[in-house]
Amino acid sequence: MRVAVVRFPGSNCEPEACRAVERAGGAAFYVWHRERSLQGADGVLLPGGFSYGDYLRSGAIAGFSPIMESIRQHADAGGPVLGICNGFQILCEAGLLPGALVRNAALKYLSRPVDVRVERTDTPFTNAYHPGELIRIPIGHGDGRYVAPEAMLDQLEQERRVVLRYAGPANADYPPNPNGSLRDIAAVCNPVGNVVGMMPHPERLADPALGSDAGHRVFVSLLATGSLSPGG
Amino acid sequence: MTWRVHVRILPRAGLLDPQGQAVEHALAALRFPEASNVHVGKAIALDVAAESAADAAARVRTMCDRLLANPVTEDFEIAVEGDSR
Repeated sequence: MRVAVVRFPGSNCEPEACRAVERAGGAAFYVWHRERSLQGADGVLLPGGFSYGDYLRSGAIAGFSPIMESIRQHADAGGPVLGICNGFQILCEAGLLPGALVRNAALKYLSRPVDVRVERTDTPFTNAYHPGELIRIPIGHGDGRYVAPEAMLDQLEQERRVVLRYAGPANADYPPNPNGSLRDIAAVCNPVGNVVGMMPHPERLADPALGSDAGHRVFVSLLATGSLSPGG
Repeated sequence: MTWRVHVRILPRAGLLDPQGQAVEHALAALRFPEASNVHVGKAIALDVAAESAADAAARVRTMCDRLLANPVTEDFEIAVEGDSR
């Protein structure tokens, strides 16, 4: 499986994203955001970072990059797309995912491990986890508070489109939901489930050399579904 | 004609505005207890070539819908300089 990692000015962790794909057995390559072709990729990763310096709103300007049209077509054809952190913000701004990510409720940039519960395991990025499994992976964001109108949140719940939920221990000295996201939402997907956005960074913890590879199975999941996707 | 247009963007009413709350608390600490309902947003100023002030405002409204404001989280107001309507 060939995975395009899209680079914007201000992206970060894109080498980690490539490495994580390769550790899971796939091939990864970079695509610059000014390009118009995904070069036949079977899957697409939008990495984290601060595209365009977060000017205007996080992800707002990147949402109109030339490559986005190809990503939209890939998504419409059922191809897997994962937005991590800033990638999630970009997918929301581009209208590929519902809702928006705004300033953390406590106004602080947060860089720490968080516990999330895997709510849905029939997506191309979570099928290697068990339903309800708790995993501890890092976050690093200032604008990570997921918001959407109440009616949309109800619809997301009804359609089982919450993929990950913050679920830290209740007795911890740190809030289980670190950024104030509505309904503790850490990841959502589109109606079909092939487009997923998540605030945590699984690629930052995908190698046992780091003490945990809790994020590794996000990429194992992608590789497992690769042959089923229309593009692959 | 060129019109100077000002866009005022504020967090959508009813949405938690932690920045506004933080500023409100700071004002209270500085003994401005009369200040309440504080919100922090952003202002965008731009020149727009258009036949009339109404046309300029209509174009900027489209710009807000497409890019300048996020309809999920923000409300906006448009004012055209020299428009006496």
